[in-house]
Amino acid sequence: MKKGLFLLLLIAANIAFGQDRFPEPKSPPMLVNDFSGTLDRDAVDYLENKLLNYTDTTSTEIAVVLLNTINGEDPNLYAAELGEYWGVGQDKYENGLVFLVAVKDRQMAIQNGYGLEEKLTDAKTKLIIENIILPEFKSGNYARGIDKGTDAIIEVLAGTFKDKGNRRSSKSDKFPKAIILLGVIFVIFMIAKIKGGGRGGRGGGLGGGYWIGGTGGHWGGSSFGGSSGGGFGGGGFGGFGGGSFGGGGASGSW
Amino acid sequence: MKKGLIAVIVVGVLLMVGYFMFKGMFNQMNGLREQTKSQWANVETAYQRRADLIPNLVKTVKGYADFEQETLTQVIEARANATSINLNAGDINPENMAKFQAAQDKLSGALSRLLVTVERYPDLKANQNFLQLQSQLEGTENRISVERRRYNEVVRTYNTYIQNFPQFILANLRGFEAQAYFKSAEGSETVPDVSFD
Repeated sequence: MKKGLFLLLLIAANIAFGQDRFPEPKSPPMLVNDFSGTLDRDAVDYLENKLLNYTDTTSTEIAVVLLNTINGEDPNLYAAELGEYWGVGQDKYENGLVFLVAVKDRQMAIQNGYGLEEKLTDAKTKLIIENIILPEFKSGNYARGIDKGTDAIIEVLAGTFKDKGNRRSSKSDKFPKAIILLGVIFVIFMIAKIKGGGRGGRGGGLGGGYWIGGTGGHWGGSSFGGSSGGGFGGGGFGGFGGGSFGGGGASGSW
Repeated sequence: MKKGLIAVIVVGVLLMVGYFMFKGMFNQMNGLREQTKSQWANVETAYQRRADLIPNLVKTVKGYADFEQETLTQVIEARANATSINLNAGDINPENMAKFQAAQDKLSGALSRLLVTVERYPDLKANQNFLQLQSQLEGTENRISVERRRYNEVVRTYNTYIQNFPQFILANLRGFEAQAYFKSAEGSETVPDVSFD
């Protein structure tokens, strides 16, 4: 009993500690997580799209995380443990990568899972940081630094993994709900129409039915368009795959 | 006759319950101990990785004729000392852990002194080979911290389990011993002061 209570406390303490130290992943999950408000929407959308497409063909997950501060912690260790906490990368390949930027600390780190170590050595990561990313960061071009940096990483990793990433399935999510709702509404309107038609006079009944049918169709159309736009066109990132991190990578400051 | 039968059944059930309880406990302990062992192996791999980088580092630095020998010798000696201490996973007590850590910390100290000294040699500092080694060394230090932290976590779970009631009875009988933790040594995280004259 006592042991159970102790374990429970320990777990609670761990969770509390984790929550204090690291931000929770966004919901729905994203590959680009700007908690500092540095990037504008276009930049986030562009990077998210790029990294999502990369995940689709390689299953390699590159998570970009922008924070204001990491409270004086070592950026390398912080990025590795954040990656572990979020589970960036596929469980079976350990192919996650955390691109951490602490904007106000003017520090950054790139940490990779075990699976990427072979090609992306610490020395290569360091070179990418120093030669490609930091010059942009120094002049305040965060979006461009992240863009060019991730491009360089993708180039180094070319051909390492080929597998599907985690897409948010659009079939099981919003789409059927919208259809079901539409169906229910349609049935209700149909019943209303039949009943109205039955009760009212001949002309009135027809007119009323037509009007209701028209609105229902129009409404349905717009709602349909909206949900398919979100469901199919966006798709979105399906969540991190539970990869783990061993501390490989490099850091820099500007 | 009937009473005797009931007694036999009760004893039998108690024995069964006891057997399954102890079996569960033993397997749990064993599993946790195996985790500490495999994590210790990861710790050693990370330290070994650092030791493996040193010969190259020394070679690169030696190329600079006027580089002070003392700093180099210290690194080489500290490395030899550190790699000579190997602990048996599953048998890590505070004493041998302290020895292991002292040797590794000494090497960390010697390495950071070397890196600070390099600041005085602009040519060496800009040498591509050296820069690569330096970033690999940094990455390795980080790997060591990650693995050490993880080791402490699994050891904490294991130690807590075997020291609680009633497991400690079985733990004592079967020779399950608490494993020692890594202590964050004072000053090991900070670069030592080196005076320039």
